[in-house]
Amino acid sequence: MCLAVPAKIVSIDGEKAIIDTEGIRREVVVSLIPDPKVGDHVIVHAGFAIQKWSEADVAEFNGLMDEMRSVEPGAPGHGPHE
Amino acid sequence: MNKRIEQVYALFAEAKQPLKFMEVCGTHTMAAFRSGLRSLLPERLSLISGPGCPVCVTANDSINKAIAIAGCPDTIVATFGDMIKVPGSTTSLERVRAQGGHVHVVYSPLDALDLARKNPDKRVVFLGVGFETTVPGVAWTIKNSAETGVANFSVLCMHKTMPAAMAALVSAGPIDINGFLCPGHVSVVIGSNAYAFLAEKHKVPCVVAGFEPMDMVGAIEMLLRQIVEGRSSVEIEYSRSVTPEGNLAAQRIIQEVFEPCDAMWRGVGRIPGSGLKIRREYAAFDAELIFSDIAIESDDENPACICGKILRGVKTPYDCALFARQCTPSEPVGACMVSSEGTCAAYYAYAKKRGA
Ligand code: SF4
Repeated sequence: MCLAVPAKIVSIDGEKAIIDTEGIRREVVVSLIPDPKVGDHVIVHAGFAIQKWSEADVAEFNGLMDEMRSVEPGAPGHGPHE
Repeated sequence: MNKRIEQVYALFAEAKQPLKFMEVCGTHTMAAFRSGLRSLLPERLSLISGPGCPVCVTANDSINKAIAIAGCPDTIVATFGDMIKVPGSTTSLERVRAQGGHVHVVYSPLDALDLARKNPDKRVVFLGVGFETTVPGVAWTIKNSAETGVANFSVLCMHKTMPAAMAALVSAGPIDINGFLCPGHVSVVIGSNAYAFLAEKHKVPCVVAGFEPMDMVGAIEMLLRQIVEGRSSVEIEYSRSVTPEGNLAAQRIIQEVFEPCDAMWRGVGRIPGSGLKIRREYAAFDAELIFSDIAIESDDENPACICGKILRGVKTPYDCALFARQCTPSEPVGACMVSSEGTCAAYYAYAKKRGA
């Protein structure tokens, strides 16, 4: 259920925004997070942004993925969670 | 070996006892299997899966009600995909759809609202299934349909809240859970303070974990450290998303639209205050009231299915005589085999045989 990959806000129109997750664009509601801006990284759940990530958070996330790959070379890449 | 994993082994040796940590969230269960995390951990440190798959904990009665609604004239049931295969007493939403019933799979409650706008002559019922992560979005959708005057949209509310269920697990016994890996995105909404009573009153260490396998290893390390140091507190490993207070705007909209109620959990039974119902102000959007007089099948579950015990962490799928025989993802007998996050489905996909 939980998609833990950050999406990027590409445009905002009122309570709604277009986000980009690894090339896929989708409309979501952004009024549940404080002060949404174009360029923000957000965590989305079933059509709603529920949290913002800073650049440092995105860097931490990428670091964790690299670390896992080094533990198990054959491990599949990270796919979106169902 | 990876430094974090080395730490886990060192701390586990120091703890000098077999340990059971429960990951409460279905996404954690899947991440642990998919990444092979279980096989990286010390043998006597086991991860058990809790009642964190929202579809799996939905009571048969609720499934039967959704199926009955789907059979009503001029009605469309809109639902997340995982729900449609769940067997009710005699049929499933998928079979109802095959027989001409109107069941639509949606990605978001927003899609269900759109469906209502596009079909003004039909009643569109969204199946509200999920924990605190999903609830704010459903609350927003109900509010929005009220504000924009969509009169043919309603929600069959089966939402549940996590901390009350975790409390029920630790106070019910007889399983001893040595620590909770608290759900990542539920905690984004409710904040880690919501688990304080588990650490303080029940003395169970709690760590909120992210969804990367290395997040989980980090959280396991933090749980072990608490055990070695003889303390129980609530800590956050997933600090890039979770704060002690949580998402206040999301909490506000939940409270505006919903109020707490008792709820039935498959296998666990009735847990006081663990459910949500739609407030009276939004009664016009409450499918429970709109369809209050339809006939529902009685809630027989297959007696051989031990989903309930699995959801409480007392048994594993290997203990079920039907597992991987009569019960498979294409022909599921119980809810735990249906949802991709269900414990039985996860075992089936990644560890069909014991020791795999
Ligand atoms: S394997 Fe199937 S029948 Fe057995 S507990 Fe799991 S869902 Fe129920």
